Amino acid sequence: MALPAHISPMGRLAHYGYLIFCGSVLLFLIAPILVIVPLSFNSAPYFTFSREMLQLDLSAFSLRWYRDIVQNGMQNPNASFGWSYLVDSWNNAQWIHSLKNSFVIAIATTILSMLLGTLAALGLTSPGMPARGLVTSLLISPMIVPIIITSAGMYFAFSTMGLTGTFAGLIIAHTVLGTPFVVITVTATLEGFDRNLIRAGLSLGASPVRVFRSVIMPLILPGVASGGIFAFATSFDEVVAVIFLADYDQRTVPRQMWAGIREQISPTILAMATILVLLSIGLLTIVELLRRRTERMRGTTL
Amino acid sequence: MMSGMIADTRPHAGELDGVKRRRVLQQYRRSQRRDCLRALALVAPLCIFLLVMFGWPLVTMLTRAVSNDDFGAVLHRTSVALAEWDGTGTPSERVYADFAADLRQAHDEQTMGQVTSALNFEWTGARSLLMRTVRPLSTEPENGWKEKLIETAPDWGNPDLWVLIKRLTQPYTSRHFLAALDLEQAVDGSIQGVGPEKAIYVTLFLRTLWVSAAVAGLCLLLGYPLATLLARLPLKTSNLLMMLVLLPFWTSLLVRTTSWIVLLQDNGVINSMLVWLGLVSEGNRLSLIFNVTGTLIAMTHVLLPFMILPLYSVMKSIPPSYVRAALSLGASPITAFWRVYLPQTIPGVLAGTLMVFVLAVGYYITPALVGGQSGQLISNIIAYHMQQSLNWGLAGALGSLLLVGVLLVYWLFNRLTGGQGLRMG
Repeated sequence: MALPAHISPMGRLAHYGYLIFCGSVLLFLIAPILVIVPLSFNSAPYFTFSREMLQLDLSAFSLRWYRDIVQNGMQNPNASFGWSYLVDSWNNAQWIHSLKNSFVIAIATTILSMLLGTLAALGLTSPGMPARGLVTSLLISPMIVPIIITSAGMYFAFSTMGLTGTFAGLIIAHTVLGTPFVVITVTATLEGFDRNLIRAGLSLGASPVRVFRSVIMPLILPGVASGGIFAFATSFDEVVAVIFLADYDQRTVPRQMWAGIREQISPTILAMATILVLLSIGLLTIVELLRRRTERMRGTTL
Repeated sequence: MMSGMIADTRPHAGELDGVKRRRVLQQYRRSQRRDCLRALALVAPLCIFLLVMFGWPLVTMLTRAVSNDDFGAVLHRTSVALAEWDGTGTPSERVYADFAADLRQAHDEQTMGQVTSALNFEWTGARSLLMRTVRPLSTEPENGWKEKLIETAPDWGNPDLWVLIKRLTQPYTSRHFLAALDLEQAVDGSIQGVGPEKAIYVTLFLRTLWVSAAVAGLCLLLGYPLATLLARLPLKTSNLLMMLVLLPFWTSLLVRTTSWIVLLQDNGVINSMLVWLGLVSEGNRLSLIFNVTGTLIAMTHVLLPFMILPLYSVMKSIPPSYVRAALSLGASPITAFWRVYLPQTIPGVLAGTLMVFVLAVGYYITPALVGGQSGQLISNIIAYHMQQSLNWGLAGALGSLLLVGVLLVYWLFNRLTGGQGLRMG
């Protein structure tokens, strides 16, 4: 992006202005996420940088809010660290309880969404599919309908089916919300897919099952996996359906954060938020790697 | 693509006689039908799942919005008796007697709640009125129920109340939809606006519209220049910078909302910095959060990636040679941008703007946490009626109106982007 030599001073000014503007937008995007990381190590229960923190005084930093995640709700939080401490934390700590719930629900949602979404995407991209556009819009409509409407409707409908206050109900609700992502990513992978490969496999004598296993599956796997990660992230981040459909027993991490922010915001939430940011960096990295793999396999190597 | 393929392999009519030709065509049609059935079978599991677990809940909500629930069922004798009443003056003794019997039965079977809550939304003080009425029902009156009920509470002599009860005993009602539009049905059946102290929903719908439009506009303003930069930079750099766009996209919504609370609150990072820099005095800290400003800032941040991603993918496909050609032909940079570059990015602008708008219209979490009183949107009042006031009919009606609006924008989105707009990753 070197500037041509003949450019006028005005043009130069405009160019630097443009770069500064873009830089500020990037800062606007990323700063709010980064700012909570150091604050989560604040030894005082405040949400701003203390003078000591700015002077990098080590005593101003502590892990007390991370300890609170593990301890809050324990029967005997002052016990010395050991096996019984861990068991107590695993069974009784509130945040650990919600983390367990979040993972159980998100993993079940991911598996269900990947299954239903991949099948549907295979159908949508196969040559005989009638009314493809209409069906696609219907299948991804859960992404568009405001979550409050979906959750309110589910609250009415699920209570007649006995699904409110159960893990099954939440997994179903999250699968409804997560499957469209799998449909979209797998459809996108399949659209760049050369169908002659299937014909080649069949004409060389492979059974349709074998063709699926050794030709189609390896090619669409990155799409399925990134769709699955989207579904996982959707479930892991979802709170409105949880508010409407879950009891305390099914409380997830976002639900616990929601309660914390509404009632009394404590720095423990920042510690949890930092952990979630790390998790999202991990998920983002996996999705990026998968995307590049797909592009390489399609021959559009970047 | 496929139909062209098959058409090529179809035999030419001239080479075959009639019988053979028909047979080949038949086989062709059969294989087509098989393809179609296989495709449908693959889509079917998800379709059925969504129909039951997503479509059915939406239908339930719509029926909530138009039904009078069990009001007529609990007061079934009254509703039969009231059918003959023409709506002028007080109803006959029979209506009062049936009403007393229905109430007594409802009290015994503990179904009074459905009557009380429905009536209470429409008639101020209905709860205490019914409680006062139920208590002396156990003893038979000397001069008939009509006199006794009016004696207990003069409201029962008011024909307006009976018009209301008659309306509530119908199985279907338009009152929730009317209420959602700040309208009500007067006693004579005409539709009129509610008093200014009760008219809140139209204001809320309008606020939701302008906040969503403002958020979409802000996202476009911030996102467009950044997307052009990302599309022009060498891929290595742009991939790196793209991570900065994608990380917020992947970060939990609650985390991002929490960050904004931390940043914007009175004792938060931004205010402390402004005070420290001497730009704002200690006593005049800016109130950036728990009002509509907070909603706007946080929602713009949350939805900005949804603007940048479609813009970027469209801009990436624009060959840079067009702008270069315009410049070498003597166009000023502004003309080249305005007449050559911008028109080519319109599909991305439309996709991004509509996507952000549609998502903003239904936002609930962010306004609830950072919006305070003035930053609440329509979703928040739906949640309020679902969870606190328990006026589910009204919540259903508000939700249905919101749903219709969102689906209209979605339809427009699909028309304008040819169904190709929703992409990610």
